[in-house]
Amino acid sequence: MKRLLISAGLSLGLLASAHAAIDTFEFANEAERQRYRNLVEELRCPKCQNQNIADSDAPIAMDLRNEIYRMLEAGKSNDEIIDFLVSRYGDFVLYKPPLTSRTLLLWYGPAGLLVLGFGVLGVIVLRRRSEQKNRPVAGLSANEQARLAALLEQASQDKKDR
Amino acid sequence: MRRLLLLLPLLAFLAIAVFLYRGLFLDPSELPSALIGKPFPAFSLPSLDDPERTLTEADIKGRPALVNVWATWCPACRHEHPVLNKLAEAGVVIHGVNYKDQREPAQKWLRDLHNPYQLNIEDAKGSLGLDLGVYGAPETFFVDAKGIIRHKYVGTIDERVWREQLAPIYQQLVDEAQP
Repeated sequence: MKRLLISAGLSLGLLASAHAAIDTFEFANEAERQRYRNLVEELRCPKCQNQNIADSDAPIAMDLRNEIYRMLEAGKSNDEIIDFLVSRYGDFVLYKPPLTSRTLLLWYGPAGLLVLGFGVLGVIVLRRRSEQKNRPVAGLSANEQARLAALLEQASQDKKDR
Repeated sequence: MRRLLLLLPLLAFLAIAVFLYRGLFLDPSELPSALIGKPFPAFSLPSLDDPERTLTEADIKGRPALVNVWATWCPACRHEHPVLNKLAEAGVVIHGVNYKDQREPAQKWLRDLHNPYQLNIEDAKGSLGLDLGVYGAPETFFVDAKGIIRHKYVGTIDERVWREQLAPIYQQLVDEAQP
C-alpha cells in the first residue's frame, strides 16, 4: 500500500513537471494559447514515432515547440506553420495525414469496408426472405394436419383417464 | 462455390501474414526526407575551424559532397567517425554540420579523432538542422554539384552500408558532375 502511494505520488509529480515544461511560454491571450496547444497536440514528434510534440521530451520536440511559439508570435497562420514543418519533416509530422493518392485507402478504406459489409448483409437478408416466401405457409399437408389433431386429442384423453 | 467460400479465411490469413512478414523488416525510424530533390537550404553560419569565417550554401556548391550532421554528444557519431576519415582519405568530399554542440569539445574532437571535413559548419542553435529536417544525429545528406539534395541517410554509416547502398549513389553524383 505504501509503495503504491509513493508511486502514485511520483507519477503525479511527473505529470506536474511535464505540464510545467509546456506552459513556460507567455501568450498575449487565451485564444493564442489555445491555438498553440492545438498545434503542438496534432503535430507528431519526428524522433519518437508515437508522441505528439506537446508530450515528447526529445530535444527535437522542444526545438519544434520553440519554433512554433516563435512563428505564432510572428503572426503566422496555422497553415503556414504546418507547411513549414511538412516541408522539412514530410507528412510524417502530421497526425492528420493529407488526402493524396497514397492515403486514399487510409481515408476511405474503413467507410468502404462498412458499405461492403452492409451490402453483404443486405444480400443475405434478401435471400432469406425470398426463400421463406417460396415455402408453403403451413408446413403440413391436409393429411398431416388430421394426424396431428388426432394425436393431440388422444393425448388429452390420456390425461383425463389418469 | 460453397467450397471456395470455405477457403476465404485462409486467403485472408495469408494476405495478412504477407503484410506482417514484410513489416518485420521495415524500420519505422527511417523517415523519407521531404528535402530530396530540393536545393540545400540557405544558411549563414560560422566555420568551426575558424569562427571569423562565415559559410553559406554557396560554399558547398560546385562539386558533389556529403553533408554529415554530427555532434560530440552523439555516441553513434563517434562510431561513424573512423569510416568518414577513411572515405575522406579516399577522396570523398565531406562537409560537417556540428549540430547543437559546443565549440571547444567539438574542436577537440576533430583534433583528437582527425578531421575528415572540408568545411565545418557550426550550427550551435540547430537552425540549419531544423531547415534540413534533422531529427537525430548522425544524418548524412548527399548534395550534387548544383547544390540539390539527392539522398539522405539516417544513422551510422559503416563500411557495409557505404559499399552496398551509398557508394553507388555518390558515384552517380560524381559521374553527373563530369562533363
